[in-house]
Amino acid sequence: MSEDRARTAIRRGLVVTALGLAAVATAYGLALGYAPTEIRQGAAQKIFYVHVPAAWCALLAFSLVGVLGGLYLWLKDFRLDALAAASAEVGLVFGAVMLTTGPIWGKPIWGTWWQWEPRLTLTLLLWFLFVGYLSLRAALVDPSERARFSAVVGIMGLLLVPFVHLSVYLFRGIHPQPIILKPSRPSLPPEMLTTLLVSLGAFTLLYLGLLTARYGLLRLVDLREDDGDA
Amino acid sequence: MGEVLRIALAVAAKDLRVEFRSRTALTSAVVFAALVLVVFSFARDPGRLSAEELAPSVLWITFAFGAVVTLNRAFYVEREQAAFDGLLLAPVSRGAVYLGKLGANLAFVGVVELVAFPLFVLFFDVAVGGAWPGLLAVALLATIGFVAVGTLFSAMVVRTRFAELMLPVLLLPFMVPPLIGAVQVTSRLLVGRPLSEMLGWLRLLAVYDLVFVTLCTLSFAVVAEE
Repeated sequence: MSEDRARTAIRRGLVVTALGLAAVATAYGLALGYAPTEIRQGAAQKIFYVHVPAAWCALLAFSLVGVLGGLYLWLKDFRLDALAAASAEVGLVFGAVMLTTGPIWGKPIWGTWWQWEPRLTLTLLLWFLFVGYLSLRAALVDPSERARFSAVVGIMGLLLVPFVHLSVYLFRGIHPQPIILKPSRPSLPPEMLTTLLVSLGAFTLLYLGLLTARYGLLRLVDLREDDGDA
Repeated sequence: MGEVLRIALAVAAKDLRVEFRSRTALTSAVVFAALVLVVFSFARDPGRLSAEELAPSVLWITFAFGAVVTLNRAFYVEREQAAFDGLLLAPVSRGAVYLGKLGANLAFVGVVELVAFPLFVLFFDVAVGGAWPGLLAVALLATIGFVAVGTLFSAMVVRTRFAELMLPVLLLPFMVPPLIGAVQVTSRLLVGRPLSEMLGWLRLLAVYDLVFVTLCTLSFAVVAEE
C-alpha cells in the first residue's frame, strides 16, 4: 500500500519536473528575447534570471531541512525525515547552480571570480554543511539514528546562518543589494521583473518536482529496507 | 542545578582519569599541534610576508586543527566495551552527561592550546607583552563555542565508520564564526588596539557560546537516545 503511494509520488514528481523544465525553457526565452539588455552590464546581466532563482531554491531547500528536522523530532514520522533528505539533495543541486553562475557573472562585472563577502561566504558554507549532512546520512545505518542525527544537524545549520552572516558582514559587501524584497518599490523595468518572476516560478516548480520524485524514491528505499529487516 | 553540576564533574573527572592513565591521545594531539606550527613556519615567504601579519591566523588554525584531532577521541573511548551504554544506564539527565563530556574536552583542548601557544610565540617571534589576559579571554570564548558543537558532533560521528573524516567535515562550517571572531580580536590585541574595537566581536563570541552550548545540551538527549 505505502509502496504504491511512494511510486505515485515519484510519478507525480517526474510530471512536475517536466513541467518545471518546460517553464525554465520559457523563462530562458523571455530572458533572451523579451527582457531588455541592461545598459552597463550588457549580456552578462542575463545570468541574473538563473542565479537569483537558483539561490532562492537552494536557500528554501536548506531552510526546509531545518524545519523538517524540528518537525521530525516532534512527530517522529519517517516521512518527514525522507522529505528533509530529499530537500537537502535537491538544495545541493540548486546551490551548485548558484555557486557556479555567480562567479561567471562576477568575473566580468566585479573583475574577480570570488569575493569573501557575506552572502557568498554564507551560501558556500551552507553548501558544505549540507554536503556534510548527506555524508553523515550515508554513513549511518540505523534509520532512527540517521533521522535523529540529521535532524539535529539541520536545526543547528539554521541557527548557524545568523552567526556566519554577522561575522562576515563586518567586511564590506559588494554583492548587489536586494531589488525586489525591499521596503520601497521594486527598482526593475517591468519586463525584467516579469522575466525574473517567471523564472522564480519555473525554478520553484522544478524544485518541487525534483523534491517529490526524490522523496518518493527515498520512501521506497526505506520501505524495502524495512521489508528486508522483517 | 547543583545535582547537574555534580554529575557533570563526575563525568569529566572520569574522562580526565582515563586520559591521564593512558596519555596517548593528548600527547599525540599536542605533538600534532606543534607540527602544524612548524609546517606553517615554512609555508611563509619571509621576504614578502611578515610573521606578525600571518601570526593570528596561524595561531587559530593550529588551535582549530588541534581541537578536531582531540575531539575525535571524545566518544571513541566510550565505544570500547560499550562504555557509553553503561554511562547512559545511569539515572541522570543527558544534559548533565553532555556538560561533563564538554568539560573534559575543554580541558583537553585547553592543554593543547596551552602547549601550542608558547611554541607559537617562539616560532613566530610574537611580542605578547600585556596582551595575555585578553588572549586568554578570547581563547576561552572561542574555544567553548566550537568545542561545544564538536562534543555533540563527536557523539554522532562515532556511530559511523569514517568518524575521523566525518567530524571535520561537519564541524568546520560551525568553526567559522568563532574563528573569524578570534582571529580579528587576536590581531587587534597583538598590536595593542583599545578594547572598544573588539567589543563587537567579543559579544558575538559570547552569544555564539550561549546559543550553541544551550542547543547542544538540549540536543544531546536526542542524540543519546536508545
